Amino acid sequence: MRVVFKTSYDRDIDLHEHGLDRGKMLGLVGLMILLPFLVNDYYLAEAANTLIWALAGMGLMIAVGHTGQVSLGHAAFLAIGAYTDAALMNAGVPFLVAFPLAGLLTGLFGAVIAIPAVRMSGIYLAIATLAVFVIVEELILLLEPITGGVSGIAAPSITLFGISFDRYGELHNFYWLILAVVILVTWGYANLMRSPTGRSFLAVRDSEVSARAMGINVTRTRALAFGLSSGVTGLAGALMGHYIGFFNYELFSVFISINLLLVVTIGGLGFIQGAFLGAVLITGMPQVIAILRDGLNASVGVDLGSIPGLDTVLFSVILILFIIFEPTGLYGRWLKIRTWFELFPLARRDMFRRHKTYLKTERMK
Amino acid sequence: MSLLEVEDLAVHFGGVKAVDGVSFAVDQGEVFAIIGPNGAGKSTIFNLISHIYQPTRGRICFDGADITGSKPQDMARLGIARTFQNIELFDHSTVLDNLLMGRHTHRQSNFIQDILFLPSVRREERLHRERVEEVIEFLELEAYRNKRIEGLPYGVRKIVEIGRALAIGPKLILLDEPASGLSVEETQDVAFWIEDMRRDMGLTVLMVEHDMGLVSQVCDRVLAVANGKPLAQGTPHEVQADPHVQAAYLGTPEEVAV
Amino acid sequence: MELIQLAVGGVANGCIYGLVALGFVLIYKTSEGVNFAQGDLMMLGAFVALGLGNSAQMGLSFWLAVPLAVCIMFCVGWGVERVVVRRIFGQPQFALVILTIALGFVFRFVAGSIWGYSPLVLETPFNGVNLRFGELVISMADLLTIVITLALTFGLWTFFAHTRIGLAAQAASQNQMAAYIVGIPVMKVNSLIWGLSGAVATVAGVLYATRGAIDPNIGLLGIKAFAAAVIGGLGSLPGALLGGMLIGVVEPIAGRYAPGGIAIMSPYIIMLAVLVTRPGGLFAQIHMKKV
Ligand SMILES: Nc1ncnc2c1ncn2[C@@H]1O[C@H](COP(=O)(O)OP(=O)(O)OP(=O)(O)O)[C@@H](O)[C@H]1O
Ligand SMILES: [Mg+2]
Repeated sequence: MRVVFKTSYDRDIDLHEHGLDRGKMLGLVGLMILLPFLVNDYYLAEAANTLIWALAGMGLMIAVGHTGQVSLGHAAFLAIGAYTDAALMNAGVPFLVAFPLAGLLTGLFGAVIAIPAVRMSGIYLAIATLAVFVIVEELILLLEPITGGVSGIAAPSITLFGISFDRYGELHNFYWLILAVVILVTWGYANLMRSPTGRSFLAVRDSEVSARAMGINVTRTRALAFGLSSGVTGLAGALMGHYIGFFNYELFSVFISINLLLVVTIGGLGFIQGAFLGAVLITGMPQVIAILRDGLNASVGVDLGSIPGLDTVLFSVILILFIIFEPTGLYGRWLKIRTWFELFPLARRDMFRRHKTYLKTERMK
Repeated sequence: MSLLEVEDLAVHFGGVKAVDGVSFAVDQGEVFAIIGPNGAGKSTIFNLISHIYQPTRGRICFDGADITGSKPQDMARLGIARTFQNIELFDHSTVLDNLLMGRHTHRQSNFIQDILFLPSVRREERLHRERVEEVIEFLELEAYRNKRIEGLPYGVRKIVEIGRALAIGPKLILLDEPASGLSVEETQDVAFWIEDMRRDMGLTVLMVEHDMGLVSQVCDRVLAVANGKPLAQGTPHEVQADPHVQAAYLGTPEEVAV
Repeated sequence: MELIQLAVGGVANGCIYGLVALGFVLIYKTSEGVNFAQGDLMMLGAFVALGLGNSAQMGLSFWLAVPLAVCIMFCVGWGVERVVVRRIFGQPQFALVILTIALGFVFRFVAGSIWGYSPLVLETPFNGVNLRFGELVISMADLLTIVITLALTFGLWTFFAHTRIGLAAQAASQNQMAAYIVGIPVMKVNSLIWGLSGAVATVAGVLYATRGAIDPNIGLLGIKAFAAAVIGGLGSLPGALLGGMLIGVVEPIAGRYAPGGIAIMSPYIIMLAVLVTRPGGLFAQIHMKKV
């Protein structure tokens, strides 16, 4: 077990308490930067996809994990980000302007939606976001001149300062671009969570009355959180558009919203790390299934490929198992394992016992 | 001069007159208690003062200004902090973070500065820590500083909630049953802390409490209420001796017969 | 006349939304949870009835197949509560939301594996029977839908307002701990209610199937039904029915008279409008946590 002697408040305020943790994080980042030299293009593209999902996951995590606002419609924000970015670039706006603008506009849209929605309690917000999703989907079809309607829209290839970041031509560069965005957002997110703004998010999540008693304007805080959440998701959407290259509204189905929820819940609600773990899982699973499928087909002759919808149902079952047996997600499980080893042999079974809670109504008759 | 003045306060929920015509004034530096049987409307008075409910009738003045009709989130800035009868802490955060959340009204930075974590944010953060550490030291919460609320015993949570209210740096603190569910020793601690709050911090304390021992020990004046109506006001001794109060607690002979 | 004709069809449609919405309300009323698999339960119910009744499948008489399907789906609902939902008792509300969304996918997969993904038609004794009132044509299916929905809503409302177990179920939702203490078997009541909502979903599914072909994706109708329940104010049975009818009637009329796309959006626009103006729905209970 490690004991840390803190000599100043700064140690607490810093992102990493120990030099060791900071070293590990730098190592990880270094590895990610060197990845293009270590793996082939197929896996590099997969890694880029994972990073995009992690970015979108962080977006949703701000709302669901840190402010307690469940959204079933985040695919709408992905779509808005992707379409804004692509449409602006098609109109000749450079990526360096179009990309942040896509995030900003999506964020503003999210915040504006959240203002009436925040008056609704948990479940109603979830439903309202679902409704917004359906409406956005229809609007995409209606706004054909900008969005290309049913036939879709192409996200142009990116060039910055004369260097090409084309998805196919210069995959390395494209990957590094995504990585840079992800690192920046992660850093900002981590900063947010150690500052008053992040604390006000947590306050609103855990007890609204108390948050008010602390002087926190709950409506404004929630709108801000939802705006940031949709903004980050919008950025992820813009990158997703470039990653796919050519897309229409079908890319952003309600299943994407559900998959995003999967990312944050399985990853671990309330942890930034959870978004990454969840993203790895959700982008890695289809690969694993494909490998298993081929393996089974070759060895036993069972053709899993003939069963439609197998991926989805596997995801669903995993999700159900996680919610029942490990509601804190992969990251929560990892924390427990780590604590167990650190305390070894002192850890006791019941240390991690879940606290039984009883639902009390928010309703008064 | 009185810090808090409540005049003819009333709130009705449908047909229930939870509070009905209550008036009192709490002086600067005073420890004032509201007592009464269960369901008398004590917590509701607190909720009215902290503006969680809007009164049906009446006026609330604080520090010389009429604050009736303010929003609950304005209270901390005015200098009114409170605790809740059933503990409303931020369960998934640590004790330290809970207390830091009490510093919200003192923040200077906006969210963009926070995201960039500018040096000014760090400086500010350091100042918040210093203030919060004082509270931790005052309430002897050092051992729990980095523990999450979820796993803490009831008594500790009650004290953390008081700490969070103190972190706001208020002029007036409202304590809703600070000693309920506490052991005899813990109750004694609470008594000393209330004394210190008044003496060393210059705080004014308004509390609801059932433990008459604690009330007599720390309070200057007491207001007794029953069924939302005021019964008696005076020193703890006077109020306890008041026949109306005794009747309200024990039930009048007629009521017993019914 | 056209308007009336549209409205009648809309009311019948709305009844189906209303029935699925009733399922939401049942569960919300007793546990403040929301079952996002309600639409898929409806789909599964319709397929079970089809599997039992259609001549190409088990070929039972329609009048035997439907009650049997209702019983089977009661058991499915009851079982889902016993096996899955009960385990997350006490976890935050949204855990159930995500859990039931996932369950919905599982149901869809099950139905797709058994009955395939191409549309099937349920054989009923009144396929294509129409009634004429002057110029107005009402299909037997529409009429039955409306009558059965009204009867069922009234029955459920009576159950909650006047029977011991109904009242117990409501008490359980107000405060589970307190309900325990006064001796209400909260768990049993919950299972029962889930069973009941499975049964109601099946009725909705069968009625839906009398009006057109079904495939495993009809469960998505649940989202619209959800809008209906929210418009009515999640906790209110008559509210759910009214919400359903409102959506059902507006949809075809918007489709006929408003520019394209509006019809599809209309349920959600109505719902958002209601939520913004009355955050708890039209028949809202007071939403305020006591401290
Ligand atoms: N939001 C509300 N809606 C309806 N009735 C309410 C509401 N808040 C309080 N009441 C009612 O007002 C009355 C007074 O309640 P209150 O909580 O103020 O009592 P109390 O004096 O604090 O009692 P205790 O000693 O048990 O804490 C009770 O009958 C209660 O049911
Ligand atoms: Mg009280």
